[in-house]
Amino acid sequence: MTRKQRRLTLIGVAGCVLAVALGLVLYAMNDTIVFFNSPADIQAKSVQPGTRIRLGGLVKEGSVHRGADQQITFEVMDAEAVIKVNYKGLLPDLFREGQGIVAEGILESPSAFRADSVLAKHDENYMPREVADALKKQGHWQGEANAAPKTQ
Amino acid sequence: MLVEAGHFALALALGLSLIQFLVPLWGARANDPVLMAVAPTSALAVFACIAFSFLALTFAYLNSDFSVLNVVQNSHSAKPLIYKISGVWGNHEGSMLLWVLILALFGAVVALSRNSVPMRLQANTLAVQAAVTIAFLLFILTTSNPFTRVVPAAVEGQDLNPLLQDPGLAIHPPLLYIGYVGFSISFAFACAALIDGRIDAVWARIVRPWTLGAWAFLTLGIAMGSYWAYYELGWGGWWFWDPVENASLMPWLAGTALMHSTVVMEKRDALKVWTILLAILTFSLSLLGTFLVRSGVLTSVHSFAVDPERGTFILGILILFIGGSLALFAWRAPMLKQGGLFAPVSREGALVVNNLFLATACATVFIGTLYPLALEVLTGEKISVGAPFFNFTFLPLIVPLLLLLPLGQTLAWKRGNFLGTAQRLYAVFGISLLATIVMFAFTYGGPVAAPLGVGLGLYLVLGSINEIVTRSWSKGTPLAVAWRKARGLPRSAWGTSIAHAGVGLTVIGIAATAWGVEAIGSLKPGERLKGGDYEVRLERVIPRVEANYREEAALLTVFGSGREVGTVETMKRLYLTRGMPTTEAGILTVGLGQVYASIGDAQPDGSVGVRLYHKPLVLLIWIGSLVMAIGGGISLTDRRLRIGAPVPAKTMPPHAVPAE
Repeated sequence: MTRKQRRLTLIGVAGCVLAVALGLVLYAMNDTIVFFNSPADIQAKSVQPGTRIRLGGLVKEGSVHRGADQQITFEVMDAEAVIKVNYKGLLPDLFREGQGIVAEGILESPSAFRADSVLAKHDENYMPREVADALKKQGHWQGEANAAPKTQ
Repeated sequence: MLVEAGHFALALALGLSLIQFLVPLWGARANDPVLMAVAPTSALAVFACIAFSFLALTFAYLNSDFSVLNVVQNSHSAKPLIYKISGVWGNHEGSMLLWVLILALFGAVVALSRNSVPMRLQANTLAVQAAVTIAFLLFILTTSNPFTRVVPAAVEGQDLNPLLQDPGLAIHPPLLYIGYVGFSISFAFACAALIDGRIDAVWARIVRPWTLGAWAFLTLGIAMGSYWAYYELGWGGWWFWDPVENASLMPWLAGTALMHSTVVMEKRDALKVWTILLAILTFSLSLLGTFLVRSGVLTSVHSFAVDPERGTFILGILILFIGGSLALFAWRAPMLKQGGLFAPVSREGALVVNNLFLATACATVFIGTLYPLALEVLTGEKISVGAPFFNFTFLPLIVPLLLLLPLGQTLAWKRGNFLGTAQRLYAVFGISLLATIVMFAFTYGGPVAAPLGVGLGLYLVLGSINEIVTRSWSKGTPLAVAWRKARGLPRSAWGTSIAHAGVGLTVIGIAATAWGVEAIGSLKPGERLKGGDYEVRLERVIPRVEANYREEAALLTVFGSGREVGTVETMKRLYLTRGMPTTEAGILTVGLGQVYASIGDAQPDGSVGVRLYHKPLVLLIWIGSLVMAIGGGISLTDRRLRIGAPVPAKTMPPHAVPAE
C-alpha cells in the first residue's frame, strides 16, 4: 500500500469509530438523561407521569412513615408544592426530617413519586447543591449565615 | 515556629521554582551548559523545601497543634495516629501540598537521572515541570495556605470527616496523586520536545517508564477508591459513574493509550506527533480532574470546601497549561519529523486501534461528565448523566477493544499475518466460547450479560497465558527447555501478559456482579433474611463507645445452604465531634465472592433495617486491577526501561548498571 492509501485506511477506520461513538452519545443523550426537578418545577412544567426524574427538596417534618420490611414513605416539599415519595430500602445516614435530599426514580402521578435511590448530603455542612439553588430561587434560602467561609 | 518555617520553606520553594523555570530555559536556548546545569540542582532544592514544609505540617498534626487553623478543622487529639497522619492530606490545603510534594519529588528524580537523559532535554523538561510547580505553589500560598494560625488557639479540633477515617482512604490520595502527577513528567517531556523541536525513539524510551509508573499507581489509586466506596458508603456499589470517579478515569484511559503509543514510538519511530498530543492531553485531563474535584463545581466527599476564589484560580491554571501546551503543540508539531510508515495489520496497527478506541471511550466519558456542567451554565437546566448513559456509550466502545486485545497482543511487528495469528488463538477462543455456553445453560433465565462478560474475561486471561506459552513452547519442546525460554522472555512481555490478564480478571468480576442478589428487610433478634444462596440471622445489637465515636453494632450469623459459614458485624456509628453518622458494612468473604450486610435505622418496634447482598466473584474487580498494576511494575523492571540503563554499552560508565 502507498502512503496515501494507508493514511486513508487509518482516517476511514477512525472516522467509523468516531461516527459510531457520536451516534451512541446522541442517542443516549435523548434517552438516558435525567432532569432535576423540585416539587414546584413538577407542577410548573407539568412533568408527565412515568418520567424518570431526580426530585430534590426538603423532607417535610413529621412526614416520614416506616412500614413493614423497610417500606418507607415521606414527603418532599419546597415553598410551593409537596410530593409524596415511596421508597423501599435503607435511608442514607444523613437523612433527616427538615433537611435537603435528592431522590431518583419515577414520577407516578403529579403528587406521587417512587424512588429507587435516595441521596443525602455527605457531611453536615452540605446541602445538595441543586436543592440549595432551587430554594434560593424561591427566596427561601437561609443557609448562607451558617455556611460562613471557613478559611481566612 | 516550625509552622512558620514550613510556610517560609514553601515561599522559598516558589522562588527556587522561578529559577528552575527561567534559567534552564534560557540555557537551553543559548546552548550554555552552565545555565542548563542549574535545572537539576534547583529541582533538588525545590523538593527539599517542599518536603520540609510538608513535614512541618505533618508535625503540627502529630502534635495536635490547635493553633493552626488547618489542624483545628481536620484533626482531634483523640484520633488514632494513622488518621492524624492521613488527616494531613484529608483536607483541601494539605492535599494540595501533597500534590506539589509529589510533583517536586518527580522533578528531583528526573534531576538525578542525568546519565540517561540528554542535558538539553532534561533542562527543558525541568523548566516545564517548574512552571507547573510555580502555578500550584502560588495557588497554595495565595488561596489555600495550610499554615494559617488561629488566635486564640483552639482547645480541641473539629475532627476529620469520619468517612475519611479509614485505612483505605488514608492511602488512596497518595496513590492517585502519584498517578496524576506522574503524568506531569510525560507532559513536561512532551513540551520539552516541542520547545526543542526534536523528538526520536530515545525520547520515547525515556518517557515510557514514567508513563508506566504513573499508570500503575493511578490504577491502584482508582481501585482503592472504588473498594473504599464499596465497603464504606454501604450501598454495595463499586462504581457509580460519579463525576469525581470519571475525573480519575479519564486520565487513566488517556494514560493507557499513551502507554501503548510510546511502545510504537520506541520500537518503530512512528506516531510521534500523536504521542506528544496524548501526553499533553493525559496531563490536561489530570489537571481537569483536579479542577473538578477541588473547585467545588461538583459536590461530593472530595470537595472539602466550596470557595469560588479557588475554583477560579484552578480554572486559570487549567486554561494556562492546557491552552499553552496545545498552542505550543499547534506551533511546533508541524516541524517535527514525520515518523515511519507501517502496515495496518501489524502489532503497531493493533496499537493504533487500541489508541483509537481508548481515546474515543475517553471522549464519551468526557462528554458525559462535562455536558451537565455546560448545560447548567448555558441554560440553567439541571440534569444528571448517570450510569445508563455511560453503560450505553462506553461499553460498546470498550468491548470491541477487549475482543481485539488478544489478537493485537499476538500479532507480529511490522507485517503481521491476521489468519496465522487468529490460528494461534483458536483454542483460546474455543474454550472461552464453550465456557460461555456452559454458563448460559447453568444460569438459564438469569442475566444474559453475565455469562457473556465472564466469557470475555476468560478469553482475555487465556489469551494472555497463550501468548507466553506459544512464545516459549511448541509441540515437542521439553518442558524444562520451555520453562527456560519462558523465563528468558523480556520482562516487558511478561508485564504485558500479566497486565492484560488483570484486565480479564476485572472484566470477569464486573460481569459477575449481574449474578448478585440483594434483599432488604426489618429484623428483630433471632429473625432471618434470605438473599439468594445465603441467609443471615440477626443475633443482637450491641451498643459500644470508643474514643471518638459511639456505635450500635448488629451481629449477624451468615448461613450458606443451611450451614453456618461465619459471622459479620455491621455498625451504625456516630462520630461525636462532628455529630455525623456513618454506616460500616459487615463483609464476609467466601472464596472470591462476598456476603455484604449493612444496617439501617432502628425501628420503634425494636427491629433494625438490614440490607443483604451476595456478590459472587466481586473481589476479582480489585484483584484484577492489582494484577494490572503488578504487570505494569514488572514491565518497568525490564532491562531497557530501567532508569539509568538505556545508555549504549560502549559509553556506559561501569557503575551505572548493576550486574544481573
